[in-house]
Amino acid sequence: MIYFVLRRSIFAVVLLLIVSAFTFVIFSALPSDPAALTCGKNCRPEVIESNRERLGYDRPLIEQYGSYMKGIFTGRTYGEEGSSIHCPAPSLGYSYDRHECVTSLIASTLPVTASIALGAFVLWMGIGVGLGTLAALKRGKWQDRVATAFSVIGVSLPTFFLGLIFIMVFVIWTGILPFPRYVGLTENPFDWFMALLLPWFVLAIISAATYVRMTRNGILEVMNEEFVRLGIAKGLSRRRLIVTYVLRAALVPIVTIAGLDFAFLLGGALVTESIFNLPGLGKLTLAAVVNSDLPILVATTMVAAVFIVVANTVVDILYGYLDPRVRAK
Amino acid sequence: MTLLSVQDLRVTFGTADGDVHAVKGVSFDVAAGETVAIVGESGSGKSVTANSLLRLNFGADVRTSGRILLEGRDVLAMSEDEVRAVRGRDVAMIFQDPLTALNPFYTVGRQIAEAYEVHHPGTSKKDLREIALDSLRKVGIPEPTKRVDQYPHEFSGGMRQRIVIAIALVNSPKILIADEPTTALDVTVQAQILELIAAMQQEHGSAVVLITHDLGVVAEITERVMVMYAGRVVESASVVDAFATPTHPYTRGLLKSVKSLDTGRHERLESIPGIPPSLIKLPSGCPFHPRCSFASSLGSRCSTEVPELRAVGSSSSACHLPNERLLDLLGGAHDR
Ligand SMILES: Nc1ncnc2c1ncn2[C@@H]1O[C@H](COP(=O)(O)OP(=O)(O)OP(=O)(O)O)[C@@H](O)[C@H]1O
Ligand SMILES: [Mg+2]
Repeated sequence: MIYFVLRRSIFAVVLLLIVSAFTFVIFSALPSDPAALTCGKNCRPEVIESNRERLGYDRPLIEQYGSYMKGIFTGRTYGEEGSSIHCPAPSLGYSYDRHECVTSLIASTLPVTASIALGAFVLWMGIGVGLGTLAALKRGKWQDRVATAFSVIGVSLPTFFLGLIFIMVFVIWTGILPFPRYVGLTENPFDWFMALLLPWFVLAIISAATYVRMTRNGILEVMNEEFVRLGIAKGLSRRRLIVTYVLRAALVPIVTIAGLDFAFLLGGALVTESIFNLPGLGKLTLAAVVNSDLPILVATTMVAAVFIVVANTVVDILYGYLDPRVRAK
Repeated sequence: MTLLSVQDLRVTFGTADGDVHAVKGVSFDVAAGETVAIVGESGSGKSVTANSLLRLNFGADVRTSGRILLEGRDVLAMSEDEVRAVRGRDVAMIFQDPLTALNPFYTVGRQIAEAYEVHHPGTSKKDLREIALDSLRKVGIPEPTKRVDQYPHEFSGGMRQRIVIAIALVNSPKILIADEPTTALDVTVQAQILELIAAMQQEHGSAVVLITHDLGVVAEITERVMVMYAGRVVESASVVDAFATPTHPYTRGLLKSVKSLDTGRHERLESIPGIPPSLIKLPSGCPFHPRCSFASSLGSRCSTEVPELRAVGSSSSACHLPNERLLDLLGGAHDR
C-alpha cells in the first residue's frame, strides 16, 4: 500500500511538470504580445521593447520556463532597481494589467471558490446519493419517479438559467435572501453562509442530477450481483445488506468520480461566480480572458491543473483503499 | 423422519413476453441427513425450485404457491423475519459460481464470521475469528491464519468454492442446498469439492439437495434422484433404480446421452431429439410428448392429458405408458 501511494505520488509530480510546461508553451504561442499589454493603448514602441526586456519575454522560451519554475520556489523580482517589483515565493508571475503579483490574486480568490465548491459538494453528494438510494430502494414507486424527474430536469438545466431563476425567486420577488455579497468566513460566518446559500444550491442541484442517476443505477446493478444473493441467503437483515453490501459496493465508483468533479469545481465555477458576483478564481480567470492578462491565465490554468492532478492521485489512492482488487495490482 | 416436505410448489414469473411457468406442481420430501439430487436439462426449473426453499426468487412479478414445510413450518407462509432466521441457519445455500458469490470488498474471514454472527449476535470478535479459522481448516484451506485475512480475489476458483462451503456450513444447517456447486470449476477440482461436500455432510449430519445436470455427480454422492422436465418432476427414484431401471422415457434419454458421452462423441443433445419446450407456451398434455418416441403408441392421450406421478416398481414416474411397458423399457436403457 505504501509502495502504491509512493508510486502514484511520483507519477503525479511528473504529470504536473508536463502539464506546466504544456500550459506555458501554449500560452506563449498565442498571437497576443504580452509586452504590448504592459502599457496602455498609445504606447511608444521603445517602452514596449524595454518592458519586454524587463519581463524577460525576449529570452528563449525554455529560459522563461526555467525562471518561471524557479520563481515558484524562490520568488521572483520583476524589472530592475528603481522600479522593480518583488513577488515572494511561490511566485506565479506578475499581472501588469492589475499591478499585482498573481500569487496574491489567487490567494485572495481561491478561498471564495473553495467555499463555493466545498458547500456545493457536500450538498450535491447528500442530495445525489440520498435521492439516488431512495429511488433504487423504492424502484418503480412514486419516490423513484420524483427522483428520476429531478435528475432529468437537473441535467438539462443550464447553470445560468437556474441561477437567474433563484435570484428572481429568492432575492427579487420574495426577498427571503439578500443579493449575495461575499464576506470571508473568518469575518462573518453568517454573512458568508447567506451569500453562498444560493450558489451552493444552484451548483448542487445541477451536479446532483447526475449523481442521482449514477447512484440509482449503481445500486440496482449491485443488487443483481451474486454476492448480494449470498448475503440474503446468509440471513442478513435488509438494512445490513443494503449498507454493508449494496452501498459499500455501489459507492466506490461514485466516490472516485465525485473526487474529480470536486477538483474541477475548485478550478473555478465560472458561470456561478459571475451570476452571483462572487470574487473567485472563475471570475478572475474570466476577467483575465477579457483583458488578455496572460500571467493570470497561465497561473489559473496551472492551479486548476494542480487540483485535478492532485484529485486524480487522491482518488486513485482512495480507490485502492476502497477496492481490495485494485490494491493488489 | 421427514425434514422438508415440498407440496405442489408452483412458481410463475410474469415477464414482458408472458408468464413463465418455471415450476409447475413439484412435490418431494427430504429426510434428515439424506442426499437428494435434482437433475434435468437447462431451464427445467431446478434452480427456481431450490431458490424457493429459502424464498430467494427475485423479480418484479414472482408468484409462488404450494407449501414448503420445514419441520412442519411453511416457509412460504413465514414473515420476513422468520424466513431470515431460517436462511443460513436451518437451510444454507451453495451457489454455482464461486467467483461471483463472495463479496469482493471483505476478507474471507469476515464473511465466514458474518454468517455465524448473524444468527449468534453478540459473539465476541475473538470467538468469531476462531470460528472463521476453524471453518477454513475444516474445508481444507492451507495456512488458515494467513488466508483468513485475505480477500476473495486472492483465491483460486476451487478455493473460493471451499470458502462458500465453509460459509454454508458454519451454522451446521439441517439442509444444505448445492446448486451446481462444481459446474464452474476445473474438472480436476470438481471431484475434490464433491468429496468435501460429502465429508461435511457426514460431519454435520445435514441433508443435501444437490442440483446438477452431471449424472456422474449423482451416482457418486446421492441416494435419491428427482428428474425434472419443464417445471415438473417426471421421475423420482433411488440412484440404483434410476440408473439400472429408469421408468420414464426422458430419464432413459438422459442416461443414454451420458453413455454416448462415454463413447467419446459429443452428441449429448442428439440422444434426446428436439429441444426443451418454451415455458411460456407449454405443449398440451405431457410436456415431453413432442420429443417422446413412445407417444404415438398411445394415440392422442399423451398430447391431451398431463400424466401424474405414480408408482412404477419402487420408483415414481409421470408417464402414461402402462407399467409393464415402462418396465419393458428397462432392457432398452442398457443397450447402446
Ligand atoms: N427471476 C426470473 N424471472 C423470469 N424468469 C425466470 C427467473 N428465474 C428463472 N426464470 C426462468 O425460469 C426457468 C427455469 O429456470 P431455472 O434457473 O430454474 O433452470 P435450471 O433448471 O436451474 O437450469 P440451469 O441448468 O440452466 O441452471 C427458465 O426458463 C428461466 O428463464
Ligand atoms: Mg440453475
